[in-house]
Amino acid sequence: MRYEAVIGLEVHAELLTRSKMFCSCAVVDSTSAAPNTAVCPVCAGMPGVLPVVNRQAVEYALRVALALDCEVAQTSLFARKNYFYPDLPKGYQISQYEYPLAERGRLVVDTISGERTIRIRRVHLEEDTGKLTHVNDGQPRSLVDLNRAGVPLLEIVSEPDMHSLEEVRAYATSLRSILRALGVNSGDMEKGVIRFEANVSIRPEGSAQLGTRVEIKNLNSFRAMERAIAYELERQAAILDQGKEVAQETLGWSESEGRTYSQRSKEEAHDYRYFPEPDLPPLVVDADWLERVAAEMPELPRARQQRFMNNYALAAVDARLLAEEAETAAFYEAAVAAGAAPRLAANYLLGEVFAWMNASGEPFSALRITPSSFAGLIQMLESGQVNQNTAKAVLAEMLRDGREAAEIIAASGLQQVSDADVITALVARVLEENPAEVESYLNGKETLANWFFGQVMRAAAGRANPQILRRELARQLGNLKR
Amino acid sequence: MSANNLHELSLAQALAGLQRGDFSSRELTDACLARIDGLETRVHAFITLTPDLARQQADQADAVRARAKKTGEALPPLLGLPVAVKDVLCTRGVRTTCGSRILENFVPPFNATAVQRALDAGMVLLGKTNNDEFAMGSSTENSAYGPTRNPWDLARVPGGSSGGSAAAVAARMTPAAFGSDTGGSVRQPASYCGISGIKPTYGRVSRYGLVAYGSSLDSVGLFARSAEDLSLVFSQIAGYDERDATTLDLPVPSYDLPQAPDLNGVRIGVPKEYFIAGMQAEVEACVRQAIEQLQALGAQVREISLPHTEYALPVYYLIAPAEASANLARYDGIRYGLSEESETMLELYRRTRGAGFGSEVKRRIMLGTYALSAGYYDAYYGQAQKVRTLIKRDFEQAFEQVDAIACPVAPSTAFKLGEHADDPLAMYLEDVFTLPINLGGVPGLAFPAGFDRQGLPVGMQLLGGHFNEAVLFRIAHAYQMVTDWHTRAPAL
Repeated sequence: MRYEAVIGLEVHAELLTRSKMFCSCAVVDSTSAAPNTAVCPVCAGMPGVLPVVNRQAVEYALRVALALDCEVAQTSLFARKNYFYPDLPKGYQISQYEYPLAERGRLVVDTISGERTIRIRRVHLEEDTGKLTHVNDGQPRSLVDLNRAGVPLLEIVSEPDMHSLEEVRAYATSLRSILRALGVNSGDMEKGVIRFEANVSIRPEGSAQLGTRVEIKNLNSFRAMERAIAYELERQAAILDQGKEVAQETLGWSESEGRTYSQRSKEEAHDYRYFPEPDLPPLVVDADWLERVAAEMPELPRARQQRFMNNYALAAVDARLLAEEAETAAFYEAAVAAGAAPRLAANYLLGEVFAWMNASGEPFSALRITPSSFAGLIQMLESGQVNQNTAKAVLAEMLRDGREAAEIIAASGLQQVSDADVITALVARVLEENPAEVESYLNGKETLANWFFGQVMRAAAGRANPQILRRELARQLGNLKR
Repeated sequence: MSANNLHELSLAQALAGLQRGDFSSRELTDACLARIDGLETRVHAFITLTPDLARQQADQADAVRARAKKTGEALPPLLGLPVAVKDVLCTRGVRTTCGSRILENFVPPFNATAVQRALDAGMVLLGKTNNDEFAMGSSTENSAYGPTRNPWDLARVPGGSSGGSAAAVAARMTPAAFGSDTGGSVRQPASYCGISGIKPTYGRVSRYGLVAYGSSLDSVGLFARSAEDLSLVFSQIAGYDERDATTLDLPVPSYDLPQAPDLNGVRIGVPKEYFIAGMQAEVEACVRQAIEQLQALGAQVREISLPHTEYALPVYYLIAPAEASANLARYDGIRYGLSEESETMLELYRRTRGAGFGSEVKRRIMLGTYALSAGYYDAYYGQAQKVRTLIKRDFEQAFEQVDAIACPVAPSTAFKLGEHADDPLAMYLEDVFTLPINLGGVPGLAFPAGFDRQGLPVGMQLLGGHFNEAVLFRIAHAYQMVTDWHTRAPAL
């Protein structure tokens, strides 16, 4: 039987605030900082401490809520989610439950078969847990690092509106680029700043009824998420094909084994005993605050793509690639503003520069070229001072050492020969030195025109402006015919 | 007054004496420490004493005062006055047990905001006082460190949960002490011990550093021998704290008290629901008499109704344990406090918490966990919150008609140790007149209004509208200007 996949995603994104969600501890890179160095009585869950909401975290969350077209709640509530675990210092996580910060949004993504709208169920704030490291130096032990405990976490929950891996991928990557564009998350997947949970079920194609869903926890990379969902879709199809039923359960994902495994069944589901957090008054977002956040919203990748297509006549694919990252987009626009022809600049940026970044492994921020030096090269190319091959060679040097195009060209004599007198003399010399070929040409072997062109170009060490050369060659050969 | 009975001075008297230079803070502190030394084995008011720290702070206070004589610099308002602190308030570098084995060796790295403000005002820390474990109890018998005894009758309880602080003030070991009040834990022991105690408006005094029991009900309170003494310390500890999001950023008045006992224009309500069948007749008689006295001072007294009072007890015993079940989850043996070595994580939790908590704490954790469980939440916790709203509304409506409410603190005077040991419900009933105030979030001030035939103090309480502690100080002070119950000391 053919099945339709029904997939929803929960995305947990750490917010790039300076301090933690409920205390003034610094948010540090939990993959590199020495353990338990960014910890205070509050985030360590000492007796008597109280949480205080980080307003910056709320503003970041509001940015995301607005970017996802959510309805922002004027009043939302924090709640306690109770469970015991050594990485949870207070024995409860402060989260939002009944009354989240924002609800009912949407995200439009592009797929090969066109635009898809994924509805957002809710966006809410919570705090991250600490980290456990299990060691065995003769005696198995678990070590607790609370640097991450209390780091602001945004949970973005979609409706089960995705029906293919491609849609899941488009949704997840688009969400990541929005978070980056908003400046609220670094997008560094390998540092675990974005984590996924997927709800997956399948149903016979054409059926309106939802199948039994499973929840896959702790998916920490795009790859793990895609592999786990793909595995789960196949596993569920095989179960249904055998006439059996999918069990409702919570699954983990084993990256090494490439399969999901059961963590707990429906019956074993935790009772988190949520109740409103008495230590925090309701979170009130009044119209003024929301307006201020809205006014400070940066342009989102999708809107930028549209603008690039309209303003610079770029193809959709090129516009999307340039618009995706704020840094790239800013570089591109600065180059255009500095006089670079928009389409030529786009071609060179997406072609040569991206290829160089891929090869060198360096990020965009490490580029040694500036928008104005890049624009300088593009202008020389457009005006015919250099040809394509030269331009590429010069760009490679610019990327390597950061010098200006003009400087590289002057130093290496790579400047195109556009001086008509020089080219006139070269053409005359070539024709003079090859009387037999001139004779053949005049007798009707017109293809020799290309051979003469090559000879002149060689004499000019490849630097002759091809248009001027072609025109001058045609003129002198025409004179001989008469 | 000779140096060896300086401990008999009230806070206001001691402050005046220090300011006049009659004696030093060191002499005053030594007198208190000597008094504690002499009585502690019988009263057991303290879990931890800090005599060295106290003397050091007192010497420093004296040095500051001596220097100010030359420089003319302004002095901290309570410079050199001793204070004791209930052991549920965190004190930097001084162990804070909460009366529990699970925190037997816990030394906080920070001061509770209220304590810090008292220290900033120049106060001298004598030690940490005994209490029911995690403030759960009404007799101070639930302390892992043994019970405190009532200075008026050592066979009786001082009340609770702040029994150590109340007993210490009553026994003249300290002129003032911190308590905490979640369901009556300041007012009831104040009443049992014949002293004055204030439970502030929720949000008036920072809870930062107060080890949480029922977070939406907890408040940091004070004990002293008079309303005037309370007002002196209260003005220093009250006010907004950026570390406690539930404090309100409202100005704190100076609480200047009038020179004459004049209550003209003050409207006082007497709630009929607070005089119930079965309460000790002498308690009712004393309270009624005190109310007549307030009337004689010019107050307009009328009967009012707080119709949802009878639901306060069940509502409290759902909300407080529910919050406690989460608040006490952090004592897991991993970061601090007791940790029972175990093979597995689950065993660590079970053994640590099994050994560390006493039976009343376990009972309330179980009650609260149950009230929050899936399938029971709506019927218990959810319903309790709705009824709490009705109780709050009772108070709001009452304070549209009156400036203050006068009523008894507890149905009877201090009971004997062990009297309610096997009957938690009887113990819970001791709080029937104090719990509604915490549910309403309004302030209450308890003060002595007489004695019963056995010579045990009878207390009454005044309640005010939100953030109107001033009216409580004013009325109680007027009463104490024309009565002397608050000046009587137990014979020890």
